[in-house]
Amino acid sequence: MSLKKVHDDQPKEFKFSTENIKKVEEILKRYPNKNKKSAVMPLLYLAQKQNENWIPLAAIKYIANYLAMPYISVYEIATFYSMYNLTPVGKNFIQVCTTTPCLIRGADKIVKLCKEKISPNENEVSKKSNSSWTEVECLGACVSAPMIQINDDYYEDLDEKSTSEILESLINNKPLKPGSYRGRKNTAPEKIASINGGKHA
Amino acid sequence: MLKKEDKIFKNLYNELGWDLENSLKRDDWKNTKDLISKGREWIINEVKTSELRGRGGAGFSTGLKWSFAPKEVGSRPHYLVINADESEPGTCKDRDILRFEPQKLIEGCLIAGYTVNAHVCYIYIRGEYFNEGKRLQEAIDQAYKKKYLGKNACGSGWDFDIHIHYGAGAYICGEETALLESIEGNKGQPRLKPPFPALVGLYGCPTIVNNVETVAVVPTILRRGGKWFSSIGKPKNTGTKIFCISGNVNSPCNVEEEMGIPLKDLIEKYAGGVVGGWDNLQAVIPGGSSMPLLPKKICDTITMDFDSLIENKSGLGTAGIVVINKDQDIVKCMARIARFYKHESCGQCTPCREGSGWMWRILDRVVKRKATYNDVELLADVTKQIEGHTICAFGEGSAWPVQGLLRHFRKEVESRCRDKPLVKKKLNNPYLVDQHLLENKNA
Amino acid sequence: MPKILINGKEIEFEKGMTVLQACELADVEIPRFCYHEKLSIAGNCRMCLVEMEKSPKPIASCAMPATEGMSIKTNTPFVEKARKGVMEFLLANHPLDCPVCDQGGECDLQDQSLYYGVDKSRFVENKRDVKEKYMGPLIKTQMTRCIHCTRCVRFATEVAGVPEIGAIGRGENMEITTYLEKSMESELSANVIDLCPVGALTSKPYAFEARPWELKKTESIDVMDAVGSNIRVDTYNWEVKRILPRLNNEINEEWISDKTRYSCDGLLKQRLDVPYIKKENKLKKSNWDEAIALLVEKIQSIRPDEIAGHIGDMINMESALGFKKLFNLFKSKNLEFREKNFYINSEEKINYIFNSSIAGIEESDLILLVGTNPRHEATILNARIRKTFVQKKVPIFSIGDPGDLTYDYKIIGNKTDVIKKIVDNEHEFSKKLLSAKKPIIIIGESALELKSGKYIFETLKNYLINNNLINENWNSLNILTQNASTVGLLDLKILQTETQDQFFSNLRNKKFKLLYLLGSDNLDFKKDNEFVVYQGSHGDRGAEVADIILPSATYTEQNGLYENLEGRLQECKKASYPIGESLEDWKIYNKIIKNLGLQEKTSNFDQLRKEVLNNIPNFSNLNDLPKIEIVKTNEIKADFISEEIVIREFDYYYTNSISRSSKTMSECRQIRQKTIKDGTNN
Repeated sequence: MSLKKVHDDQPKEFKFSTENIKKVEEILKRYPNKNKKSAVMPLLYLAQKQNENWIPLAAIKYIANYLAMPYISVYEIATFYSMYNLTPVGKNFIQVCTTTPCLIRGADKIVKLCKEKISPNENEVSKKSNSSWTEVECLGACVSAPMIQINDDYYEDLDEKSTSEILESLINNKPLKPGSYRGRKNTAPEKIASINGGKHA
Repeated sequence: MLKKEDKIFKNLYNELGWDLENSLKRDDWKNTKDLISKGREWIINEVKTSELRGRGGAGFSTGLKWSFAPKEVGSRPHYLVINADESEPGTCKDRDILRFEPQKLIEGCLIAGYTVNAHVCYIYIRGEYFNEGKRLQEAIDQAYKKKYLGKNACGSGWDFDIHIHYGAGAYICGEETALLESIEGNKGQPRLKPPFPALVGLYGCPTIVNNVETVAVVPTILRRGGKWFSSIGKPKNTGTKIFCISGNVNSPCNVEEEMGIPLKDLIEKYAGGVVGGWDNLQAVIPGGSSMPLLPKKICDTITMDFDSLIENKSGLGTAGIVVINKDQDIVKCMARIARFYKHESCGQCTPCREGSGWMWRILDRVVKRKATYNDVELLADVTKQIEGHTICAFGEGSAWPVQGLLRHFRKEVESRCRDKPLVKKKLNNPYLVDQHLLENKNA
Repeated sequence: MPKILINGKEIEFEKGMTVLQACELADVEIPRFCYHEKLSIAGNCRMCLVEMEKSPKPIASCAMPATEGMSIKTNTPFVEKARKGVMEFLLANHPLDCPVCDQGGECDLQDQSLYYGVDKSRFVENKRDVKEKYMGPLIKTQMTRCIHCTRCVRFATEVAGVPEIGAIGRGENMEITTYLEKSMESELSANVIDLCPVGALTSKPYAFEARPWELKKTESIDVMDAVGSNIRVDTYNWEVKRILPRLNNEINEEWISDKTRYSCDGLLKQRLDVPYIKKENKLKKSNWDEAIALLVEKIQSIRPDEIAGHIGDMINMESALGFKKLFNLFKSKNLEFREKNFYINSEEKINYIFNSSIAGIEESDLILLVGTNPRHEATILNARIRKTFVQKKVPIFSIGDPGDLTYDYKIIGNKTDVIKKIVDNEHEFSKKLLSAKKPIIIIGESALELKSGKYIFETLKNYLINNNLINENWNSLNILTQNASTVGLLDLKILQTETQDQFFSNLRNKKFKLLYLLGSDNLDFKKDNEFVVYQGSHGDRGAEVADIILPSATYTEQNGLYENLEGRLQECKKASYPIGESLEDWKIYNKIIKNLGLQEKTSNFDQLRKEVLNNIPNFSNLNDLPKIEIVKTNEIKADFISEEIVIREFDYYYTNSISRSSKTMSECRQIRQKTIKDGTNN
């Protein structure tokens, strides 16, 4: 199932919360008056955040009217960029990078773990952990491969054991901290003695 | 080897603290006002002297690019746009600059903005870098507080504002015109060139688009002099560069080194060597996924700079080094890259839209051992038909890695193909000729 | 002029041209799919690649500006290889369903693959399958065939002004669709069918009807409105299968309205094929002899001044002139063609035509609409206003509220008082108008219908004359008439100035005993004891009240001249034959005249045409604008009445007997009404 397929069960209405309206006003200030259309991407992002990580059609209409854009343009944008979900995803939305740099360090094993622990299929919201997972393209943390993104946070330098722990922690609703799981300082080189090259996931 | 004091990004691993106060200790914002007061000509000349080439992949001379911006501001304002849409597989250098050296970028933006007559700068950060963007915003806020930005920024007399614009998951937005389309609130589909952004860019106004790393090194260049920068590295391939070493190495890492450093040195000294030893090396992608890979034989001696990589039919690109050892299935690795390009094609122009998926499907069949010898030739043709025929450089980006695979690992590819092709008789027809005319001859 | 080398031949080109245009000057044909002269440049199909000196890559000629000294080659193996490569990609996922595709025979992809295609596909993967999309009752979609040229998207956004089509998704999953598959809310929507270079968007009503090579093509003129769009009528045997636009940059460019295109199925339905006579309150089939005999008997038994004739909206000039002559024989002067009593000053030609001309709209620097909704009354003319608005940002104002016109305009008032203020130079608009070099004032029938119609027209005209805005070089006075017949009939002096208003009052007061309707279905009248003769083609409103029905030919079944709203004389050609026993109008008159015993008064078609041509004031040439002639006439004074200018509601898809008989039009109408009821899309 694709995240770009319009969800069948759509809410009737969508409105930005008062808090978000303030944010919208801030966002609009960034762009010239004539070019308020530029705000469509940040606004879609806000709408997605407000609506449990997916964008209902009502929000597309709302944003289109807000920025005086045709509905189809907003819809085009929502379907073009891969980060907009037009169908619900889990509260914990796990994105597994599987592009080559991660792949050669074992991303497929992480995918396998997701299938076992979260849900057998991609983009299927698991009831017990309210999570869903998806394979994504390069997330730009290649020297920390393999890695996953859970909502906004990167979990890096994973192996099978640490991935299991992270996924378990989501199921138990006590998510672990993001960052490197090999205890290194960001992207710095490590002393060879302290690591075992074969040990990555 | 780069001397410690010549490193520009001293806080690449956040050992010294990223915030403004700590950055000041590393000489950020030191006499920025004086540098600006020396004038545009001086800045451009100094950058030209440094021979700085764009760090985003194409390696175009930065000083030259800046000089393309109209000298006088006409009826349309000028814009500076920073490309932080780092999505090239194998590359994660800008992420560390955004996280740990944001003041270098911000100061660079002010200088670059002043130089190209821009009062407004947009930094386009890929949507997935949410936390990095948050960090950068904090840093920008700190700079505003210190009056380094805003009206009369840093006392230079130049008004300057920086805004962050997030992407939302589209590799193609790293292409400069697609990036501008995206800021304008459209789909990220590259524009036709000419006109070039320097004349008709964001909102139809003159716009200079630079990579994060390019802009972030400018303040240091100006402070230490263009000559200093050009003395590092090789002629025409000067200065320092952040290399990202990932893949089958013992210690994947980001490291700032001088241009032209031997690839082997980088892998052995910083990344702890290839997993299984240097002899276990199969191939290296030297500059992010869109650059053709290099087999071990070339890797033994190659130096990491624009020109020597071009000589070897590859490129420095973003300097994202992906090391692939002999434990990996090289075809599978490249098929995965082809899938990446299929997924990220914007779909605007025909060769890329139809060709990128086709390449992936053929490679996928090769991996699954369902291809024939003919398919290998076909694959080569498809890459040639994409290359050079598209609106933007994505066409080359998707075709080159496959071409690299065929150039250096053709035997490996063919060994997975069925011994006998589906069509037994080898017609030896150039396919671009109407075949029915030839068949009479072959009959 | 700058010069460019094309295949070694030096060619002069105009500045601003693209390489593709320069190649066309050199008679070098460049294959293309996405490029279209009337649309913005997309450069995405990559079919037009050519070799440019010093460029290692081939360049897209449609997007590259031609510059002095450029050297272009189009016939090298390098170019051929590039184009063949692109063609292979286009065909890779294109289905092999040409035998069942309606585009077959007129498909750009088919034609060009003849030159650049390879006879064997090397694409062995599964082809992409794309779901069909609903786009309304006119457009049939088969999106698997789409080659993503985005012409339809650009047309909807740029020309039609309804940004409702878009390309969703990305990469190979990109799909063309309307927002949530709603039908397109435009009167120009079906032009995307012509624009589509492949069979992705085809005509729904025409689906599987015929192959293009089987059709007889007749170049003709449209009569659905007063614009006079140039059309091509395609017939198969007797049936009109479809109507397509013909290029005429002076009038409709390459577009026609949906009504023009799709009313044609109404030509096959509700047709009157034999004469009818009302007996015992029921219309019974009859024959010509009986019907004519009855008509003549009635004519002879009724006083001439109690006989009246009304001419319909789609009647050509020959038929109208014959009708006038027939009425002369009846000794009646009670002729009328207006559907409602609107003010018209038929003394001078400039008083009832669109003087600035349709192409002239593009030169204008200010547009004022007075009581008109050009989008519905003259769709193609509205497209020209939109084009000018998009290209030049021309300021547009309106008196009265016409609703959505697909461009921005400012309403400067809803009452006639505004006009008084303007002509008294008391309104801020006066200054704008007087400082404009080429303003355009468009007065619609809704304004002329008002009690103050005379005031509106005469005072505005005087104001324009006094301020030198009506002169030999530029005439800013424009009347937007709604019916194809109106301007021609005014030229034929069907309307007598002195008796202008009498017809309607006499009709209301039941002074007429015999009413002869010539293809007239829109006359607002309640039948009592009048004897009604209806001569026309369709069983519509006129036939409903008739006592005698004389079946006649439609505009596609007889030759005839029409003057469009600019006063441009154009010929409508016979594409098919009148159905059943129905006859061309002039043949019916001759039957009546013979029956009256005035054999010598009959005239054939050629005589009528000659007479028509002699009677047209300011006539220049066929298909050309009339000669400019500005006569200083006396100023006509009219009393000011303060009233509201209400723009008449317009049932766009149901304006005449043909469109009312069309199944396609009624489907469009239902959807339009539903959208109005449910709230509009955007």
